[in-house]
Amino acid sequence: MTDPTAGHQGGDHERDGDPSAGPEPRDGAEEPREPRYRVIGTPSPAAARTMLAAPHPGTPGGPPEPRPRELPAEPDDPARAKRAERIVAACFLIAFLAGLGFIAAYVIFPVHSIQRVVNSNLALGLTLSLVFLGLAAGAVFWVRNVMPWVVLTEARKPLRSSEEDRAAFQETFQQGTEASQFVKRPLLRRTLIAATVPVAVAPILLLRDLGPLPRKTLDHTVWRDGMRLLNYGINRPIRPADFSSPGGMITVVPDGFQDDFNALAKAACIIIKFGPNQLEFTSKSSPVDGKVVENWTVDNIVAYSKICTHVGCPAALYEQTTHHILCPCHQSTFDATRGAKVIFGPATRALPQLPMTVDAQGFLVAKHDFTEPVGPSFWERGPST
Amino acid sequence: MRAITARRRPAAGYGVILLALLVAGLCYGTITGIGSASAAARSVGSGPLTAEGKSIFNQQCASCHGLFAQGVQDTAPSLIGVGSAAVDFQVSTGRMPAKEPAAEQPRKPITFTPRMIRAVSAYIASLGGGPATPSAAEVNPSGANAGLGQQLFVASCAQCHNFVGAGGALTYGKYAPPLTKSTPRQIFEAMLTGPEAMPVFNNTTITPQEKRDIIAYITRTRTEPNPGGFSLGRVGPVTEGIVAFVGLMLFMVLASMWITAKHRKTHD
Repeated sequence: MTDPTAGHQGGDHERDGDPSAGPEPRDGAEEPREPRYRVIGTPSPAAARTMLAAPHPGTPGGPPEPRPRELPAEPDDPARAKRAERIVAACFLIAFLAGLGFIAAYVIFPVHSIQRVVNSNLALGLTLSLVFLGLAAGAVFWVRNVMPWVVLTEARKPLRSSEEDRAAFQETFQQGTEASQFVKRPLLRRTLIAATVPVAVAPILLLRDLGPLPRKTLDHTVWRDGMRLLNYGINRPIRPADFSSPGGMITVVPDGFQDDFNALAKAACIIIKFGPNQLEFTSKSSPVDGKVVENWTVDNIVAYSKICTHVGCPAALYEQTTHHILCPCHQSTFDATRGAKVIFGPATRALPQLPMTVDAQGFLVAKHDFTEPVGPSFWERGPST
Repeated sequence: MRAITARRRPAAGYGVILLALLVAGLCYGTITGIGSASAAARSVGSGPLTAEGKSIFNQQCASCHGLFAQGVQDTAPSLIGVGSAAVDFQVSTGRMPAKEPAAEQPRKPITFTPRMIRAVSAYIASLGGGPATPSAAEVNPSGANAGLGQQLFVASCAQCHNFVGAGGALTYGKYAPPLTKSTPRQIFEAMLTGPEAMPVFNNTTITPQEKRDIIAYITRTRTEPNPGGFSLGRVGPVTEGIVAFVGLMLFMVLASMWITAKHRKTHD
């Protein structure tokens, strides 16, 4: 659409010949050497002609009427402008020198090691910053102190196009529709619509890539009966006799999955060794909230899921003095002595406990998988338990 | 420059002060000195040393830990059975003698001479039990596998001490201290004894060789260059984001205040 504000000042608002004829015929009387055809969208070669009617009235073919001067040509304070001129010139000179420095830095600094790239980047960045800073500061000084200080108010132009433009557009559109014979030829119309429909529907189909739904995969981990707990990093099985110092804490992973990060994302655990009588587990109900608390510990060693029940960060900041397990992301704090019950923070469920026992060789093994889904809540998990 | 001082916007003055404070704070925060290695104690000595240690203990430590190192409820833990390694760690890092009970004792300049540390260590060791101060060879990380050390550090240490040992916050005023000034011996002893809230990593869970691997990783990270220029405490992208956001935003706010400020009236 034609911008209503873009009318050519002093232009002729006489319309070109028949718009429906596509290529613009010229009568040749005014400008005989102009080409007969021009590409639609390019400006008209005729300065005196416009595509659409210009809103500003002017003398046809004549110069625009001179308007009263809004911006004085002289500064308010010539002495001040003189001082500012030097500052502006200094700023531009700095920008000039920094620009030379940028080129020099590009040529001088080699870039074939990390430290050299660091030096090169520093030099290039500093000089380029100085160029832009000098230019910007100079421009601001120029505007503020050299130019006269006046307040100009420009009225907002109406958003709606002029009636003339609207009528012209409607006419053009109408004639274009007729010329294309879109209405007359249903075969063309229907095949065109058919050609675009599949592409239009495709984005909806692509939403399928948001899936598949997790189904039951979040409900269980790879822990199985008799699977050994490995000391993560060294990947060595653990005997309770070795993990014997109260206050000890270590990350453990299921044997055979130590390099399977997808499995570890759910199965990673921490085991904590307590002194005698520190754990407050009972196989009956907890004195805290009356719920049944599991006791699958071995020799005062307890295993908790390392995945925070809030949003799944690794909760492994264990404090052996307070027995708090802290999650570093949102400060959820769990009490390791009482079944990793939440004592602070946004988590709503205790860290699930991994049932443990000892195998024939005396190594710590899982008794079975977790009895509840580990990690944060998800839609299919159902109500918090 | 007169235009800046003469401008009629008091907020800009506060902005300049804020900027200055920010720059000063950043400079202070980013300066990281490399601490001199503190003198570490030697192995536990003989009878006379133990007697000397008891005497020092009675003067310097007994007020909190009790005359027989049995501990005082809610003030100081019992030292019976903690071993000489724990004493060497606490005293050689300056944490003990403590100025006052606190959630966490900070690292301080050492007040004991190496001989005094040996003496008190010997006395506490004589009370029975606990890991002994490791020998120099036992803590020496030269030739250790820093790569495996990194894996172990990430699995067991980084959650509290940060990936490059810059430290981090814990609950109720406790914190995991930065490891930038810790000597290999102190790192070894900390893993062995679990000072304050730190878990214990005994020698059967993380073997001495694996501890040396971890020490090799920690000491190696200190010499890693900071390709970005400033280390900003090496605590991760958060500080970098804050510096970029606060610093650049402040700069842009001040710049736009300057550009749009009202013009000084010309006196005719």
